[in-house]
Amino acid sequence: MTYASKIDREQITHYKGSLMRFVDEFRDAEMAQVLSAQIMSLCEPGRQYKFMEVCGGHTHTIYKHGLEDYLPNTVTLVHGPGCPVCVIPMGRVDDAIFIATRPDVIMTTFGDMMRVPGGRGSFFDAKAQGADIRMVYSPLDSLRIAKDNPDKRVVFMAIGFETTAPSSAMTVLRAKALGLDNFSIFCNHVTIIPAIKAILDSPDLRLDGFIGPGHVSTVIGCRPYEFISRQYAKPLVTAGFEPLDILQSIAMILVQLDQGRCEVENQYTRVVPWNGNPRALEVISEVMELRPYFEWRGLGFISHSALRVRDAYADFDAEQIFEMPGVRVADPKACQCGEVLKGVLKPWECKVFGTACTPETPIGTCMVSSEGACAAYYNFGRFTRERVKEATRT
Amino acid sequence: MCLGIPGQVLEVLNDGADLAKVDVSGVRRKVNIGLLEHEQLGAGDWVLIHVGFALSKIDENEAEATLDMLKGMGQAYTDEMDALRESMIE
Amino acid sequence: MTGKRPRVDFSLVETKGEAPTNVPKEQSASWAEEALREHYEDAELAQYEIGADHLTKEEQVLKRIDRARARKARLKEELITLAHGAGGKSTHTLIEALFLREFRNPLLEPLGDGAVFSVNGSRLAFTTDSFVVSPLFFPGGDIGDLAVNGTVNDLAMSGARPLYLSAGFILEEGFPIVDLRRIVDSMQAAAQAAGVMIATGDTKVVGRGKGDGCYINTSGVGVIERPISLAASLAQPGDAVIVSGPIGEHGVTVMLARGELDIECDVSSDTAPLHELAAGLLDAAPGVRCLRDATRGGVATILNEVAVASGVAVVVDEERVPVRGDVNGACELLGIDPLYVACEGRMVVIVDGAEADTAVAALRAHPLGAGSCVIGRVKDDPPGLVLLKTTFGGTRIVDMLVGDPLPRIC
Repeated sequence: MTYASKIDREQITHYKGSLMRFVDEFRDAEMAQVLSAQIMSLCEPGRQYKFMEVCGGHTHTIYKHGLEDYLPNTVTLVHGPGCPVCVIPMGRVDDAIFIATRPDVIMTTFGDMMRVPGGRGSFFDAKAQGADIRMVYSPLDSLRIAKDNPDKRVVFMAIGFETTAPSSAMTVLRAKALGLDNFSIFCNHVTIIPAIKAILDSPDLRLDGFIGPGHVSTVIGCRPYEFISRQYAKPLVTAGFEPLDILQSIAMILVQLDQGRCEVENQYTRVVPWNGNPRALEVISEVMELRPYFEWRGLGFISHSALRVRDAYADFDAEQIFEMPGVRVADPKACQCGEVLKGVLKPWECKVFGTACTPETPIGTCMVSSEGACAAYYNFGRFTRERVKEATRT
Repeated sequence: MCLGIPGQVLEVLNDGADLAKVDVSGVRRKVNIGLLEHEQLGAGDWVLIHVGFALSKIDENEAEATLDMLKGMGQAYTDEMDALRESMIE
Repeated sequence: MTGKRPRVDFSLVETKGEAPTNVPKEQSASWAEEALREHYEDAELAQYEIGADHLTKEEQVLKRIDRARARKARLKEELITLAHGAGGKSTHTLIEALFLREFRNPLLEPLGDGAVFSVNGSRLAFTTDSFVVSPLFFPGGDIGDLAVNGTVNDLAMSGARPLYLSAGFILEEGFPIVDLRRIVDSMQAAAQAAGVMIATGDTKVVGRGKGDGCYINTSGVGVIERPISLAASLAQPGDAVIVSGPIGEHGVTVMLARGELDIECDVSSDTAPLHELAAGLLDAAPGVRCLRDATRGGVATILNEVAVASGVAVVVDEERVPVRGDVNGACELLGIDPLYVACEGRMVVIVDGAEADTAVAALRAHPLGAGSCVIGRVKDDPPGLVLLKTTFGGTRIVDMLVGDPLPRIC
């Protein structure tokens, strides 16, 4: 095995201006080689390992940095449903577009949602047809738009797991404090535990362990995952988002398996507190509550798996302000997003991957979101490793 | 949506809007620190920023510990590989 | 907070997976069924592919994808979207399926930065560019600078000495003349710096609300005084890939100047005329295959165009790609890749590998090329792909841009 050549730190400083602290140290190729060797030595000869990385952000990192080059063939990473854009059913997108096309509405959204296809097109298409849909970096930006446009109604498309829910909730509280009467959110926040449980209950998949969500855990902490080790006997390690974090987490899972342990461990200790963020949890509970049911793309209806705005904040709830059609749209028969989201199919195993379904012409959500498994594989990983080894040899 | 980036607090702005000026590699932005009330942030602290909100305070000691462990493993492995190589020369 | 709220329990595990009652029946998405129908025949053909059994399942899928990508571009949309202006896949599809199809002629086909042709023994380059940047004024320049430098650069990338420009203005009713004067002053200064004359022009005014201030189109003519041919289709395995300086500065500057993101950063646009830089390079290194200025779509778009046009693989070393720290920070914050961000004063050079050092030295001899460096190499396999060796040591693809992360950049 060859070790990577030493990174010339001078070079990085020169080319990138300066090292990004808490980021670049965790992208060190030399340390990656070391972890890779450790992982290989921890693998039982002849045994196949399947680990699920739940978070869309992890899927993205793995492909963006070419992490699989550091793993032996016996370790397979399976992508899970932790992409909040990917699990939004088409009907919900239609509801959002319905709101956006009201004449006095300005809809604000994260960039990711723009190209998600609904039953009759995406936000992008609606915008081309005249809807006022604006991309924002933060939900707070919507408040400035609301202040500047008192005669319009501003609706923020609130999506994401527990990571983003506190931000949406804080924005509602801030809107209330500012006395804004023309702002609301269309709440599509979902929760991670029911999704993981749906995976574990699925008969199609046999996993050896989980690379646990990173930023969701800053809010909910690590305790909620304990049912996975207790009831399903699988280890889980909450992992950071830099490539070294993920490699180290894989090593930690293998150590557990090697030692016959089965626990929840925290690799992302610099950011994730074991008990989560109490203030964030408080703020969510103030503004939101769990829905009795919510429909997930590919996973069907799951109870207590999503958030909605409480009645006390009905003035800020788009679902109460607007009469939405509430239409349900079936996924096209050939669309296999559901199986990809559950980790049963690899992206390229979907029958329409890369042909009918491409990032430019997406059929399903997995190909649209920057965290979708299909998008990650198509944009970053669509090549045969052996052919490419020759090309990238220096 | 998982896009969180570390930034350093330059100044906590006491204007009642829970904002702080944060630096990310030379880029400065106002970030809402309302979710970290309990941490009593001050200039110099590092936070994880996510869609305009500080979601968590970065524990620098833990970061050092993680890196040290990786480096330590590195040394252990280099030592072991050296030992292996030496034993092969015979 | 009003009263004590019951806590949301994120640990709740006793979840059920059945549908509630009274759920509306599902409708179908007709656009998806239509899109799939067109591809069924392709899927059936794939089953009968001869000689495919030696490939793994994954390799078969990749082959199928290559075939789908190589198929002729077809315009499926009915309306123009912002993606059509981003410089990525949608733009290329629009150009090939609409403009090239209707205007087809040998001068247009190469789809280079400019058209190259001979008139009475002189080789000329002819190009046009339109500028719709928002905001009009930003750190480092304004729409006037872009309008002159952009066209000067397109001529320089064709190997020409820029000579004459035209300037067409589309102004909105109500646009302040003092702003127009500022823009025109910038254009004159830029023209003088580039050694070109704005020889002809046009002015139109559209009603309030129909034009967003000021749009400018510039066309340019230059003379090619060297017996060289530059094209994206001329890259060969072994060639070196060079950029003339740090990337992404213009795109980030304009994004931040819009003021919507509330981000402060000391970056300014890199807009500059590259004709002298290009001339110095071409004098020193006859083995230059292709020159392209990295505008919308960024360096990644150019490398993809080269890879596809020449049927080669372009392998980039992420560690070597020059990016300023704060540009990188802004990109990380916004979740965009600097390789896709527009520059307005940087060029990508594909040159014979043996001349790489000479080329870099020639570029660095000019102030605008101070940050020049080799960022990668051209290989023969896999053809049509741009690969990135990450700083982490892994490999990934850099595909053509989809959508429009940064609208109205230039």
